[in-house]
Amino acid sequence: MAYKATIGNIVYAFPDLRTLLARATPYRSGDALAGLTAASYEERIAAQIVLADVPLKQFLQEAIIPYETDEITRLIIDEHATDAFAPISHFTVGQLRDWLLSDAATTLQLQQVATGLTPEMVAAVSKLMRNQDLISVARKCEVITSFRNTLGLKGHFSVRLQPNHATDDARGIAASMVDGLLYGSGDAVIGINPATDSPAVVVQLLQMIDDLRQQYAIPTQSCVLCHVTTALSIMPQAPVDLVFQSIGGTEATNSSFGVNLSMLAEAQAAALSLQRGTVGHNVMYFETGQGSSLSANAHAGVDQQTCEVRAYAVARKFAPLLVNTVVGFIGPEYLYDGKQIIRAALEDHCCGKLLGLPMGVDVCYTNHAEADQDDMDNLLTLLGVAGCSYIMGVPGADDIMLNYQSTSFHDALYLRQVLGLRPAPEFEQWLVRQGIMNEQGKLQQVPREHPLIAAGSY
Amino acid sequence: MSDQPIQPFSHQPDPWVSLRAFTPARIALGRTGVAIPLQEVLQFRMAHAHARDAVYSLLATTTLAARLTGLGYAVQDLHSRAADRHEYLQRPDKGRRLNEASVQILRNAGAPPTTISRTDQAVGNTESSTNKQPPVSPLLSIVLADGLSATAVNHHAIPLLEILLPQLQAGGFSVAPINLVQQGRVAIGDEIGMLQEASMVIVLIGERPGLSSPDSLGIYLTYRPVLGLTDEARNCISNIRPGGLSYQAAADKLYWFIRESTRLQISGVGLKDEEGLLDASTR
Repeated sequence: MAYKATIGNIVYAFPDLRTLLARATPYRSGDALAGLTAASYEERIAAQIVLADVPLKQFLQEAIIPYETDEITRLIIDEHATDAFAPISHFTVGQLRDWLLSDAATTLQLQQVATGLTPEMVAAVSKLMRNQDLISVARKCEVITSFRNTLGLKGHFSVRLQPNHATDDARGIAASMVDGLLYGSGDAVIGINPATDSPAVVVQLLQMIDDLRQQYAIPTQSCVLCHVTTALSIMPQAPVDLVFQSIGGTEATNSSFGVNLSMLAEAQAAALSLQRGTVGHNVMYFETGQGSSLSANAHAGVDQQTCEVRAYAVARKFAPLLVNTVVGFIGPEYLYDGKQIIRAALEDHCCGKLLGLPMGVDVCYTNHAEADQDDMDNLLTLLGVAGCSYIMGVPGADDIMLNYQSTSFHDALYLRQVLGLRPAPEFEQWLVRQGIMNEQGKLQQVPREHPLIAAGSY
Repeated sequence: MSDQPIQPFSHQPDPWVSLRAFTPARIALGRTGVAIPLQEVLQFRMAHAHARDAVYSLLATTTLAARLTGLGYAVQDLHSRAADRHEYLQRPDKGRRLNEASVQILRNAGAPPTTISRTDQAVGNTESSTNKQPPVSPLLSIVLADGLSATAVNHHAIPLLEILLPQLQAGGFSVAPINLVQQGRVAIGDEIGMLQEASMVIVLIGERPGLSSPDSLGIYLTYRPVLGLTDEARNCISNIRPGGLSYQAAADKLYWFIRESTRLQISGVGLKDEEGLLDASTR
């Protein structure tokens, strides 16, 4: 099919869908670095005009990365649900955008078409959407997952407690963990980024969190974010609730992470066999982020946002409890400033939700990005309105191991307060029983003798 | 309506302040409503301000050159293809390559120069450099690049080199004229080392500033530098700063790497950091 538009006396022709998607993408530094952006503002909008008229069926015929050379393309094509696609199969990308925003596209409707949508269709439609549209559509989606509690319910908003320490010091981690719990965080997961991938350290940290969880009967799950092969090697002797892995949207990106689909399948099966979930059996935790494919020199000429959405096809295959786009971590050569980070986060959240994923966002930035806490406040609030499933909770928003700024326990409480959002129901009841929060969701002043404080200074 | 003034609200401290003893993380901050108390907010902002200032700090080329000349070494000023910080931040590829003028400086300098030691301060030494003699001792190329914190290089490069350079001289290594590079990334050392025909390039560079570490210096060592190498080819020593790795420890570690890299003729993943093990057995 010819991708062409005439604007004034200029004919804009795009050789293929891959190029068209790249040229239609709102500007960001990573696509410029890859040499994929439109050459002018006019070309970008011309590309969007052309993209709006592309039939969704075209995406099933024209692979942007060849089927023969990329297992993620094969996954996307082979597992496409024709029946779920049927009701919208006659749409163009532009018609999909208008339908998504219409009253006809209800929460239930969106859940029903999710498996009929491919990442490329979703990436395409998001490129036509304003930030407002990304928020409206995401807000209509509801993706519920569970392990020891229930995440993603409308009106609820969860937090991953991230108690990192530069040397994996167990007491330092425990102190941050207790701080977070006493601030009402930790319902999504208690998740540590270890400073080392050493299996012995990972086992020790998992054991420590698990002891605390059992002692205080905390209805949540834990994760030490090691490589999937490390997690496999320590199962079943270690208390592994969730298996973590960073993933990308091309086979070559995943190779650079040292993973592939069969390894992820093996890890999921192994974690399921441990039978540690009580409320449900979503056992995977994935992290993604725009720019990872370019960073690994594995983007195959595909723009970074489309690569990102293709990573969600990988995530979807393994029914994760949590997916997290670590949006501002990668640096200004991919997302230069607050504006680009905010746009990318809203895209990732909306696209992930449309594909049926339990999306959380690491609202974050590095010190060489043109961003600050005000940008994060803006993004946090926008994501709360959009119905984001969870964010990170880091003491004072300052991660002393990864050296970047994320969101604090206080930030999460702010969002719950201004938008009337509640923690995961099982966790909320625990917070009330512990005297940390009252029935109205207000944080309480705990006494000095609170048992969790003693647990932090073991 | 009462005329009573509203009392200033002083936030209640968290009763687990004692846990701060176990971690430098910002725990037990207390709160006003659910917000972080102002004093903590301002402290955070100041830390971020230091980090931001570090990103935009400039390499003190005049001072650094004077100090290095004082130590008996020739110095040359180079610049990457990134014109300014704005471009540097968005185009890492340009920060990895020298601009044309810098390439010319290195070409004109010829290769390979000899060590300009304290006893032989004949700066320029053009005769031997036009003579293209194969080096009798391993020639090291040393690069000081601003990276993401020129402040780190301005503060820490000279004290570290004051320990390292005498070690190198005693160990029989030659050092090419030392390069000061503005808007440089780690890989720019590959091009410099290649043009200086060095057997190894050592890049001292400002690391990405953290909130508690705006002046952290990193060192990257690459054996047989050529264009197009990736990080697997390098060995790295990081977090050199007060409160991190000391100058002495960093210099010792670096010298060990230089010796081993020269002996085994490799660097990167193949060169394991066993210095600690050796030390334990020899000391």
